[in-house]
Amino acid sequence: MSNDSWQKTLLVALVLCLVFSVLVSGAAVVLRPTQEANQRLDVQRNLLLAAGLAEAGAPADLVGELMGSVEAQIIDLDTGVQNTEVDPDTFDAISAARKPNTSQALGSEEDIARIKRRANMAKVYLLKKDGQLTGVVLPVYGSGLYSTLYGFIALDADLRTVRGLKFYEQGETAGLGAEVDNPRWLAKWPGKMAIDETGEPKVEVVKGGANPSSPMIAYQVDGISGATMTSNGVTALLQFWLGPDGFGPYLARLKAQQMEAS
Amino acid sequence: MSVDKRIVLDPLVDTNPITLQMLGICSALAVTTSLAASLLMCLALTAVLVASNASISLIRKQIPTNIRIIVQMTIIASLVIVVDQLLRAYAFDLSKRLSVFVGLIITNCIVMGRAEAYAMKNPVIPSMLDGLGNALGYSLVLITVAVIREFFGTGGLLGYQLLPKVTEGGWYYPNGLMMLAPSAFFIIGLMIWVFRTWKPAQVEKPEYRISHVHRTELS
Repeated sequence: MSNDSWQKTLLVALVLCLVFSVLVSGAAVVLRPTQEANQRLDVQRNLLLAAGLAEAGAPADLVGELMGSVEAQIIDLDTGVQNTEVDPDTFDAISAARKPNTSQALGSEEDIARIKRRANMAKVYLLKKDGQLTGVVLPVYGSGLYSTLYGFIALDADLRTVRGLKFYEQGETAGLGAEVDNPRWLAKWPGKMAIDETGEPKVEVVKGGANPSSPMIAYQVDGISGATMTSNGVTALLQFWLGPDGFGPYLARLKAQQMEAS
Repeated sequence: MSVDKRIVLDPLVDTNPITLQMLGICSALAVTTSLAASLLMCLALTAVLVASNASISLIRKQIPTNIRIIVQMTIIASLVIVVDQLLRAYAFDLSKRLSVFVGLIITNCIVMGRAEAYAMKNPVIPSMLDGLGNALGYSLVLITVAVIREFFGTGGLLGYQLLPKVTEGGWYYPNGLMMLAPSAFFIIGLMIWVFRTWKPAQVEKPEYRISHVHRTELS
């Protein structure tokens, strides 16, 4: 059989596809548990970074130890009430937001973060010291320019001041939008006010840099140069998730509980 | 020098894939802002190039000519995916930094260039050596560029601060240009100049010359 006959061509193509599909899928299946463990560790590390509890590149055992001091809870976003029936360890927010029976579609008015659907429940993390609430870490996500940004915002015990912000997944332009990952830019966040006295999220990223004499300066963070769309995306996703369609009801409830306790 | 040795050593300088063959420039520009990322990229490319040359050479007598390019592509693409999966499992942070560039080894011209130019015509062992040699030649350029760019661009190497930066109370002003792609062009250009001054045999004959018109008759 000559190499260039159609039978031989077809045979070579078929055998090649078979062999290499087995190789590729084999590698994917065998390595998946390690990859998933890496991903989980990365998310947890970023959560601790947002909360200001760990440094970048904290080793795995330290991350595990610190995560033990963080209390994860599943809450109902519409009411803000804790849902104890769902196990926080197995709850997957991303897939919950996709399924029609565990999520709701957002109208174009509400959907400022451009995420189309929002899960009914969410996983929040409470930071406590000697039984006292010292802060709360909330998962946030929304569209930037090209990609969806996934991250955490940590709030102080007053539930209004930003404790830290960190993104763990984004695919924005390297050198421009991807600077949302830049530690120096993220260092501008702690101490900013995210929410005003009435519970309305006011925090925003300002193009060109925040004006220090502006009355809103406490709520404003300098924008990233060359990344207006990504900066706007960050503003939108924070305003969405801290607002009435996001964690607003939960934060209001938590605040009421604090008042009662004191 | 034995033939096998020359297959490996020639691509380091004499037939360097980047400075002489002008292949694989795109990734040389993209990942060389940090030495750690460049080292990982070199390692990934070496693995892919040796394995792809070996497997293509192994079946070179069976490959029908009219589908040979797509056969090479399939082999290379599969190998790159496997390497990418391995990096995600064992070098997660770095693979996050390299992001799309590992996947782009598929389109790295060196891999297909060596498959088509060498592995399709030579036995397995020399093909592997050719892959190794070219990968080392690529690595040599990549690492040199990365050392220069990271050192002058950040005042440090592999994340260790060697020169105290002005922003941290020192005296060194990091050169921002080094962090941008054009600086890699300049460095690679200078390297080509150095290589060709050292080895004049690499200088190509000009394709044409501007001819001088001699006016012998003046009216």
